[in-house]
Amino acid sequence: MSRVYLYIILMAVVTYIIRALPLTLIRREIKSRFIRSFLHYVPYATLAAMTFPAILSATDYLISSVVGFAIALLLAFNKKSLLTVASVSCLAAFIVELFLR
Amino acid sequence: MSGSSKHEFFEGCHDAIPICLGYIAVSFAFGIEASKIGMTTFQAAITSLLNVTSAGQFSALDVIARNGSFIELAILQFIINLRYMLMSTALSQKLSSSVGTMKRLAISYGVTDEIFALSVLRKGELKPPYSYGLIVTSVFGWVFGTVLGAFSGQIMPQRLISCLGLAIYGMFIAIIIPDTRTSKAVLGTVVSAMALSSIFTYVPVIAEHISSGFRIIIITVIVAAAAAYFAPIKEDEGGDVA
Repeated sequence: MSRVYLYIILMAVVTYIIRALPLTLIRREIKSRFIRSFLHYVPYATLAAMTFPAILSATDYLISSVVGFAIALLLAFNKKSLLTVASVSCLAAFIVELFLR
Repeated sequence: MSGSSKHEFFEGCHDAIPICLGYIAVSFAFGIEASKIGMTTFQAAITSLLNVTSAGQFSALDVIARNGSFIELAILQFIINLRYMLMSTALSQKLSSSVGTMKRLAISYGVTDEIFALSVLRKGELKPPYSYGLIVTSVFGWVFGTVLGAFSGQIMPQRLISCLGLAIYGMFIAIIIPDTRTSKAVLGTVVSAMALSSIFTYVPVIAEHISSGFRIIIITVIVAAAAAYFAPIKEDEGGDVA
């Protein structure tokens, strides 16, 4: 079973190096306007791509996911806090599923 | 710790509560899968503690289950987690240049999609204690959920697990949507990324050949580069990546 620990350590090392290299090596402010703009848009692009369409299969039923998604959009558009958006959309999906089971 | 460091730390802990809840749901599923392939609860927990990466860990289970090669596992993790390099680069611009190497190494441990999102969109400079707060709360949820899942897939009722799956996405939405009201470029970025992501997911030929980790990298690079080209940020937006 010790092979399992080798797997675990190997993947941890690879993943950590990826995370640590830029943070430790890039100390200066990047001057290029293009790269600065690019980095500005990275989180929006990444999170949007990760959210949709994956959110449609986040719960056991498409309909509860869609309702949760809609509620989250509505609340976020009205600038509610992270905790509010996350918990109310979960609650909405939960209520929808109460009717489904 | 000084008063303001403490304040930053607890603010980080507080802000990470949705991450913690979402992580419990996701890592619970990981714990169940890990025990299915014969890993012990301890091994599953250590995996979560050392890696803190959902896509990476789930994909690794497949390699471990069939006794795959170490090279394969290393390449797989590298590709799936390559997006952390983009995130880490963006974060490097949020830190004051006076932040030392040890602190940077500590912050690096917690570069996940969710922690990154909260860190990079925080107004002003990123203070290390804030990151530590985010990391402690999030990793607690990640490991706790793994242990619960590995220990017994029956502890939590399925209908609760099902709904908790939305928590992480709800948080992502809360992060990206408010800025679409004030910036057309951000709106365009969000909509294009979602559209591309749908194409990559549903068009059969593409979906079969591109892993989800790679998909995110490709979309991020294309969309963020296009946005940077067509709508470069103003210079006075300065060191603030938000």
